Amino acid sequence: MADTIKVSIRHLYKIFGGDPESVLDLARNGMSKTELLEKHGHVVGLRDINVDMSEGEITVIMGLSGSGKSTLIRHLNLLIEPTAGEVLVDGIDVTHLSAVELRDMRQTGMSMVFQKFALLPHRTVLQNAGLALRVRGLGDGEADTEAKKWLDRVGLQGFEQHFPHQLSGGMQQRVGIARALTSNSPIMLMDEAFSALDPLIRTDMQDLLMELQKDLHKTIVFITHDLDESLKLADHLVILKDGYVVQQDEPQQILLNPADPYIEDFVSDINRARVLRVRSIMKPSSKAARASAGNIDYDDTLESVIARSGGSTAKSYTVKRDGKTVGILDMKELIKALVPRLASQSGVRGNVTS
Amino acid sequence: MGFYDRFFDTLGLRDWCDSEKVDGPMTMTELLARSQGADSVDAPWWDIPFPSLDNLNNACHAVSRTRDLTEGVEQGFLDIKTSLQFVLDPITQPLSWLLDGSLYLFAAIPWWTLIPAILILVYYVSRSIGVTLFVALSFLFLAFIDHYSYSIQTLSIIFVCTVLSVLFGVPLGIAMSKSNTFQKVMIPILDMLQTLPSFVYLIPLIFLFSITESKLYGIAIIMYAIVPVVRLTDLGIRLVDKDVIEAADAFGMSRRQKLFGVEIPLALPNIMAGVNQTIMMALAMVVIASLVSAPGLGVLVLRGIRNLELGVGLVSGVCIVLLAVVLDRVSKASLARINTSQD
Repeated sequence: MADTIKVSIRHLYKIFGGDPESVLDLARNGMSKTELLEKHGHVVGLRDINVDMSEGEITVIMGLSGSGKSTLIRHLNLLIEPTAGEVLVDGIDVTHLSAVELRDMRQTGMSMVFQKFALLPHRTVLQNAGLALRVRGLGDGEADTEAKKWLDRVGLQGFEQHFPHQLSGGMQQRVGIARALTSNSPIMLMDEAFSALDPLIRTDMQDLLMELQKDLHKTIVFITHDLDESLKLADHLVILKDGYVVQQDEPQQILLNPADPYIEDFVSDINRARVLRVRSIMKPSSKAARASAGNIDYDDTLESVIARSGGSTAKSYTVKRDGKTVGILDMKELIKALVPRLASQSGVRGNVTS
Repeated sequence: MGFYDRFFDTLGLRDWCDSEKVDGPMTMTELLARSQGADSVDAPWWDIPFPSLDNLNNACHAVSRTRDLTEGVEQGFLDIKTSLQFVLDPITQPLSWLLDGSLYLFAAIPWWTLIPAILILVYYVSRSIGVTLFVALSFLFLAFIDHYSYSIQTLSIIFVCTVLSVLFGVPLGIAMSKSNTFQKVMIPILDMLQTLPSFVYLIPLIFLFSITESKLYGIAIIMYAIVPVVRLTDLGIRLVDKDVIEAADAFGMSRRQKLFGVEIPLALPNIMAGVNQTIMMALAMVVIASLVSAPGLGVLVLRGIRNLELGVGLVSGVCIVLLAVVLDRVSKASLARINTSQD
């Protein structure tokens, strides 16, 4: 399931300014963002982005504000046109679609969830959720049935006839998600979908998304500036900074092997025990551990293992996956993995971001 | 004989000046100067007149006078008048029919049908008992003091002109919101229509159309009243939340779906505010248009001015105020209803 590439971004450049083509080659040859702005008056939005997004996975694009993440996601459905490069969806370059084909792709191929919900204020929740189907020209009956189904699924039974302004932020975003799901498109773009919600509601919404994803296996592209959120949701994590990809990998790998000080500093504040899983730090082996204190699952978090061990560092565990032994976990290794390679040094982040 | 004589003499232009000399009609100042025999060439230097056309003409007759300018404008207008009439007359003819038809219709319906019908309409658009009651009392008062038929005529003209203003103004406003170039072209025109003194509208129209035709005042009222609805439609559509527009794009809406499904509904409060202003401006103009035979309360005001019938003028003035308040309250009430159902 994870190996089919659904969306593939190739050598994507986006330059803002009067004549982006003129400075494209300079950007290609590595001229820095500040130099391009000062000498040529153009702003590099994205620089040489290459990302593969697998079918049925959640690809999280994370970066601070100004890193170009919202610009990047808008290239997927061409709300923003790239200066150079390709965006392949199922092998078709969307940058070359005609206006009609593009509209068709937006109607059936992709749906989008927005940070500020962007619901139609003059339509009821039910009509909002059925928007995608109405745009396609389906009748009210059909659109409403389908919309009702998804509204129930996101937990909004009984709110069909309300107007968006009568709902709380979290509920409005549920409508936003139902609207995206009703379109029944294989790809879902989520642009900081939970960033405007307060933390408790945000956790609820993340759980909702994970639960939906368990059944639906959509290809989700999720934008966020929140590292905890990205580690929770991501199958594949892409970290953007100043318009280029700093590192992309499975989140566990990024946590264990940060590519540069910027990311190292970024991940140093994370509760590693909760995020890291047994599989990432175990020693692969088909034999059970000597003096095994018991079996643990391949996908357990380190937090749960620590709880089981009662804090003892002397034990080791046998790691099982679907009943088979796949490795050994020594508690000493676990403790080592909890310490970031570089403990958060004061000033590192300040130097990197400013 | 003028102050600037020496100026033209030194430049050696005297011959050129005198060659153009024509004995045009004398201005009043010239006549006065001649009759008093005062030739003040030796005026002190601080009395130097501004080198305007008239003053220069005094010194050099080759320079045209300001009067020639206004005459030129007039002549230019008269020259194109026939061809303009040829085009405009047929196009605007339906306006006359509409205005006359509506006046006839409103007059033909008996008062005991029309007043309840208006009240039902008022209740339908405002959904407010208070406003309906106020309108009922106002109409009963107007009818009681025998100003009913005048008021209904005024109302009929406002009705036709407002409907037409909205019909033309809303599409214009939409076009303006879609094209920055068109907006740049339209804004000076709208500014001009709005600031031109209302009487000035009437002057060229009197030349173009017969004063007995109703379209004469119809055009004047529409040109004056259309401005707010155009402006506010443009503004309203430009103010529609960019996020919502982006969402509409992201779900693949066509331009038409976006316009009718998103932009116009979201701009409706602004458009309705424009309609409210349009109604008020139509009312302001319909009074002035009585100068060019528009019927209604304005005729009474005019009678008050012309015959110095103080009471007639004041009472009809109060009636106009009453009508204005009625129109304003009703359109504001319906605007408020749209607002609450939206956000």
